[in-house]
Amino acid sequence: MNPALDVHRLHFAFTITFHYIFPQLTMGLALLLVYLKTKALLTGDEHYNRAARFWARIFGINFAVGVVTGIPMEFQFGTNWAEFSKAAGGVIGQTLAMEGVFSFFLESSFLGLFLYGEKKLGRIGHWWAAVLVFVGSWLSGYLIVATDAWMQHPTGYSIAANGAIELTSFWGLLLNKWAVWQYAHTMIGAVQTGCFVMAAVGAFYLLTKRDEAYGRTFVKAGVLVGVVASLLQLFPTGDIQGKLLAEYQQPTLAAMEGLFESQQNAPVAILGQPDMEKRRLDNPLEIPGMLSFLTYKKWTAHVKGLDSFPEDLWPDRIPLLYYSYHVMVGLGTIFIAVQLMAALLCWRKRLYESRWMLWVLMLCVPLPYIANTAGWITAEVGRQPWLIYGLMRTAHGASPRVGAGNAWFTLIGFMGLYSVLAILWCFLMGREIHLGPEPVAHPHGGTAPATAD
Amino acid sequence: MAMVWFCLIALMIAIYVLLDGFDLGAGAIHLLVAKTDAERRQVLASIGPVWDGNEVWLLAAGGTLYFAFPQLYASAFSGFYLPLMIVLWLLILRGIAIEFRSHVHSLVWEPVWDFLFCASSLLLAVFYGAALANVVRGVPLDGSGYFFEPLWTNFRLGAETGILDWYTILVGVLALIALVMHGSLWVQMKTTGAVNHRAGHLGGAAFWVVIALTVVVTIVSFSVQPQIKTNFARWPLGLVFPVLAIAGAAGVKLFMKKDERNAFLSSCVYLAGMLTSAVFGVYPMVLPARDGEYSLTIDTAKTGAYGLKMGLIWWVIGMVLATGYFVFVYRSFAGKVGLTSPEDSHGD
Repeated sequence: MNPALDVHRLHFAFTITFHYIFPQLTMGLALLLVYLKTKALLTGDEHYNRAARFWARIFGINFAVGVVTGIPMEFQFGTNWAEFSKAAGGVIGQTLAMEGVFSFFLESSFLGLFLYGEKKLGRIGHWWAAVLVFVGSWLSGYLIVATDAWMQHPTGYSIAANGAIELTSFWGLLLNKWAVWQYAHTMIGAVQTGCFVMAAVGAFYLLTKRDEAYGRTFVKAGVLVGVVASLLQLFPTGDIQGKLLAEYQQPTLAAMEGLFESQQNAPVAILGQPDMEKRRLDNPLEIPGMLSFLTYKKWTAHVKGLDSFPEDLWPDRIPLLYYSYHVMVGLGTIFIAVQLMAALLCWRKRLYESRWMLWVLMLCVPLPYIANTAGWITAEVGRQPWLIYGLMRTAHGASPRVGAGNAWFTLIGFMGLYSVLAILWCFLMGREIHLGPEPVAHPHGGTAPATAD
Repeated sequence: MAMVWFCLIALMIAIYVLLDGFDLGAGAIHLLVAKTDAERRQVLASIGPVWDGNEVWLLAAGGTLYFAFPQLYASAFSGFYLPLMIVLWLLILRGIAIEFRSHVHSLVWEPVWDFLFCASSLLLAVFYGAALANVVRGVPLDGSGYFFEPLWTNFRLGAETGILDWYTILVGVLALIALVMHGSLWVQMKTTGAVNHRAGHLGGAAFWVVIALTVVVTIVSFSVQPQIKTNFARWPLGLVFPVLAIAGAAGVKLFMKKDERNAFLSSCVYLAGMLTSAVFGVYPMVLPARDGEYSLTIDTAKTGAYGLKMGLIWWVIGMVLATGYFVFVYRSFAGKVGLTSPEDSHGD
């Protein structure tokens, strides 16, 4: 086995986890920006345009960090995972190249116009720019998720004589059912991040009694869109993902649930710690029969536990998988409760005065980030020990000539660079929120306006 | 079919070099041509709305290379591991320097980003040149189809080459100066006032260095990569590529003082001619090996025929759309950039 394998895995895990902090907000905000711009267009109220401009500045910061941390992702398939790229490039290269050709060109062209061209474009033109940025970023999301979905559940391929995996069905790759549901689940997760961030900033303004008109707009948008998203996250998107796992990745489902023994009436564990030596869940707090019901719609159904599978098919980091799944589901449940409560108060016209609810909304802001990250860890650690499920093991995918010393060198480099980025991001985000939607002589926008004369 | 993709990827890389080349050039000359904060904002505004889109050509070309020639992508990206990672870091620094600079107006904020913008652009130009030179010179591929090059060994063209040796550094310097010329002509075309004058002077000075280095690199390359001579002898029509470069260089000289737009376009022709000459010179290899028999060629690196065919359909549609966006964006920001105060340039 490649002795640098773990470093390559950590390399990808670190860079992708950091990267995904930013797109989940920008994809969510892209939708909310369309909402604000549409409101502005329909009501003719300049308030919504100013609100959109404020969020466009936040969007711009996050988009910039998302872009610069995203470029290394495409490169790393080749640099750190050369054997995988050589085998599968003919298939997943399609979706990755399409992302560049169809969505990055669209996004990069219209984001500049959206951020700096409002005067030039006019009301309708600027609305279109917002819509096209939204389309570009959501298309990008699809093509990336389709790439990952192919690794989770490969379709539309055949294996050539030289061992390379070749595409045989373009639509099989693009309309993989795994991709469709994973995409829906991922994007709704991104919308939740956008909603919680928007609601939290609004709650902050209301709690500190500044920019209160904007505070109300932000909280309302975050809660109204957020309550729908939090429900869709569970059903149908989360539910169907679970069923796909039960069909195609059974060892993964067992490991996620901490189900060591096959059984009828299989329980769902709310709490408990996987004990890998004794092969059981310590201190379990369980709902009997629930897993059987959720998976097969029957309380007594037989669910396969880890003992049904040879150990070399088990995901190789079961506690991490178990916890990230439970964190995701636990937080998702909390989001439903919080959003429903806030929506109820909004409907009763008491939301903006309920300081305790505003406090909750404000303090919830890190949670969707954690839930989205935990969800991706569940998907990717759950895919182990496979790099392409059933086709190629992770152990066989890394670059044969890139040693651990060189991989550590660049991993440490990324860690340092990303730490600096994180500090700058915190500073700039804090500053924008502090300056608020109606800044006095805001210095933003210097590079791009290109005041033609 | 693979031949078509070979040409299309070469075209995408050429477009990337022409477009992001002027961004990098503008960055490399940033501290020289712009002295005050207002002037520096002027340089940044000349590339502000387009640099991100220009950089996308790198990603689109990389992705296309990935699916059309997976073996090449795997070998080259893992073999050039260290320089690619350094390129990524530099791209990150350049990107945030351009985007973050404008968010805060302070004497301890903007100079940091100005310096990083300049330094990262400059180093990127050198690394791109060195990368191209590595491909022309050949890499230590062996029977496994893989290689790994350290950043440098003894700076000689022996059996154990590094990314940097005297030849690749020479080409790196040529790339830097050529992009300085290219960027100067762009900045000259897009600006008014003092920046316009300084960029014009710098472009004029860079021109003669470019000519001198081009001559040296051309002569040396024939001995470094024997395939070049073979190819030009075999297909004399290929001489059209170097002729293109010469015509471009002549155009730069001709239009330099009179017609800013045509001077810049001539520089594009020069760069395109140089790149296509290099690609033609190593054809049909896509990654020559130091030991010739292990070289990767179009045929050994390509993917299956079905994938290449399907790719061509969406690629054409995507490129028509992308061209449309580019025309629209470049038109929207047409004209010269003047001096503004930070508040005037506020997007609202």
